[in-house]
Amino acid sequence: MKAVCWHGATDVRVDNVPDPKIINPHDAIIKITLTAICGSDLHLYDGFIPSMQSGDILGHEFMGEVVEVGSDVKRVKIGDRVVVPFTISCGNCFFCQRDLWSLCDNSNPNAAIAEKLYGHSAAGLFGYSHIFGGYAGGQAQYARVPFADVGLFKIPDGLTDEQVLFLTDIFPTGYMAAENCNIQPGDTVAVWGCGPVGIFAIKSAYMLGADRVIGIDRVPERLQLAKEFGKAEVINYEEVDAGEAVKEMTGGRGPDACIDAVGMEAHGTDAVAIYDRVKQAVRLETDRPTALRQVIVACRKGGTVSIPGVYGGLLDKIPFGAAFNKGLNFKMGQTHVHRYLSPLLEHIQNGDIDPSYIITHRMKLEDAPKAYEIFKQKKDNCIKVVLDPL
Amino acid sequence: MEEVTNQSNLQSQSASDSKGESERWASIIGGSAMVLMGLQQRSLRGALMAVAGGSLALHGAKSEKSLPATIADATGINKSIRVEKTVTINRSASDLYNFWHDLENLPTFMQHLKSVKVHDDKRSHWIATAPLGASVEWDAEIVSDQPDRLIAWASVEGADVDNSGFVRFQPAPQGRGTEVKVVLEYNPPGGALTGALAKLFGEEPEQQIGAELSRFKQLMEAGEIATTEGQPSGRS
Ligand SMILES: NC(=O)c1ccc[n+]([C@@H]2O[C@H](COP(=O)([O-])OP(=O)(O)OC[C@H]3O[C@@H](n4cnc5c(N)ncnc54)[C@H](O)[C@@H]3O)[C@@H](O)[C@H]2O)c1
Ligand SMILES: [Zn+2]
Ligand SMILES: [Zn+2]
Repeated sequence: MKAVCWHGATDVRVDNVPDPKIINPHDAIIKITLTAICGSDLHLYDGFIPSMQSGDILGHEFMGEVVEVGSDVKRVKIGDRVVVPFTISCGNCFFCQRDLWSLCDNSNPNAAIAEKLYGHSAAGLFGYSHIFGGYAGGQAQYARVPFADVGLFKIPDGLTDEQVLFLTDIFPTGYMAAENCNIQPGDTVAVWGCGPVGIFAIKSAYMLGADRVIGIDRVPERLQLAKEFGKAEVINYEEVDAGEAVKEMTGGRGPDACIDAVGMEAHGTDAVAIYDRVKQAVRLETDRPTALRQVIVACRKGGTVSIPGVYGGLLDKIPFGAAFNKGLNFKMGQTHVHRYLSPLLEHIQNGDIDPSYIITHRMKLEDAPKAYEIFKQKKDNCIKVVLDPL
Repeated sequence: MEEVTNQSNLQSQSASDSKGESERWASIIGGSAMVLMGLQQRSLRGALMAVAGGSLALHGAKSEKSLPATIADATGINKSIRVEKTVTINRSASDLYNFWHDLENLPTFMQHLKSVKVHDDKRSHWIATAPLGASVEWDAEIVSDQPDRLIAWASVEGADVDNSGFVRFQPAPQGRGTEVKVVLEYNPPGGALTGALAKLFGEEPEQQIGAELSRFKQLMEAGEIATTEGQPSGRS
């Protein structure tokens, strides 16, 4: 089959690789009908997530048709049309049973590496480096899905692939980011980053009852999308100081909740951001947390900082004193996709939201190298790329 | 108490010290502190023998040392490998005890074991892989067997590698399953085998035992052991 393989920083290729096969009794094989590139893939693309190996198959947003099932698979049937959460979860451990699916104890074969780095290991993830299990990803024609009965969600007829594909990651991710804000009547939520995750966080914040939502970015078409699709007020942080602006817009109080939908490769131009760039380039700092710093300083006292943006390691110059003295709440983590998938599918079915609206580029799997480049550089007004594996 | 050096010594001691014995059992079976920290300079084997009443003809006496062993002692390369690791598993103590109690199940999650053959309810034969296609073998006896709580074992005379250990099953607080603690001690003989043994248990035996316990957990909770072996990549 054809698969998008990582061969080093900014070097992805479409290789011919063997087809996946059933390895464990709860596995299924999916013939992929649509897949996407995520902002998280850019962290791999740029070489900032350690433990990637040349030849690793990328991709964690994918869906398709079940073509083969393992001997212990009971619920899922050949021919089912399914979406696949990007987190791999067993369904039986302490964490899965408490709806904390991305913290599953039993899906990471390389848990020992993660334990060294983080103290404990989180769930295995598709196509996301060997620390997270080294699973082959879904930017390919076929994929093996472990724990198929737990990790495959059947899609009813009448919905297109494009409408449901983002249930695998970015829609639940934006939703969980908003839910983590514990939104109360009258609340203002400010969202740093108007990429796909930020856009879904904006939409979800309104769904969960926010009074006002403010989107912050510098890319004009993303701000435009936040305004039109998300109905957010927007701030271009290159034109005004975003922290000052949100404070002014909220009567000096600051937003009740702030979402960092940017993550470890934030853009920034001030002296500290340059310091981050240099340290990250020579690997003295793993993450570039410009947005996180701003979010902490901007958030109102006693408010909530919600972090869907991915961080991998050690962060410098986090204003922890501000966080402490303002009594902030922090919520973060990889998304518990399994928790949100069915309720959000219902929202799509009801016509409350059409996630496909954010797709700007429809390309062939073969064109993945170009697609990565366009998405990374935000060329050609790119916001979200889907890849057709056929 | 000082290190037990032979069987008769051990028996007389355990007979005359039953209060101390029950305290020691309490520390092994019931305690939540680090077992090895409690043992400090004492050997695990000695402690197990003492509390079990020492009915076995067990190898491991230190009375007469060979020259290599003496050198090894002096240079510190003869230090025993001691490991303690605990994992919480979302199953009942009795499910876990029953699976473990059939020692022949152990190689399904302990990668360094080639096989375990059970002879009777006390004795079993263990074969472990060693580097360069070699293997090490030993007979072990169950020193203590307490249903749903604890299984302790020790190698007997003639073992390639003197070793002992126990696994303890303890209910975790409300709805959190069972805490499974494994404590192992290997006393490598001096000389060539020492190096082989170090390789056998890796640079960090603690990590290896941790990985094995996490495979045990995966098997018990998820019904399979997570792996990516055999999946495609752009390397093949
Ligand atoms: N928690 C999860 O489970 C999960 C799931 C998916 C994605 N993510 C993470 O969410 C983040 C966003 O993902 P995406 O797909 O939207 O990526 P993206 O790269 O398309 O979007 C990031 C946006 O942030 C903007 N930005 C950069 N620096 C900024 C700054 N200093 N202030 C404000 N905006 C800034 C960029 O212009 C861009 O529009 C990534 O870190 C991704 O890894 C997390
Ligand atoms: Zn993603
Ligand atoms: Zn689980």
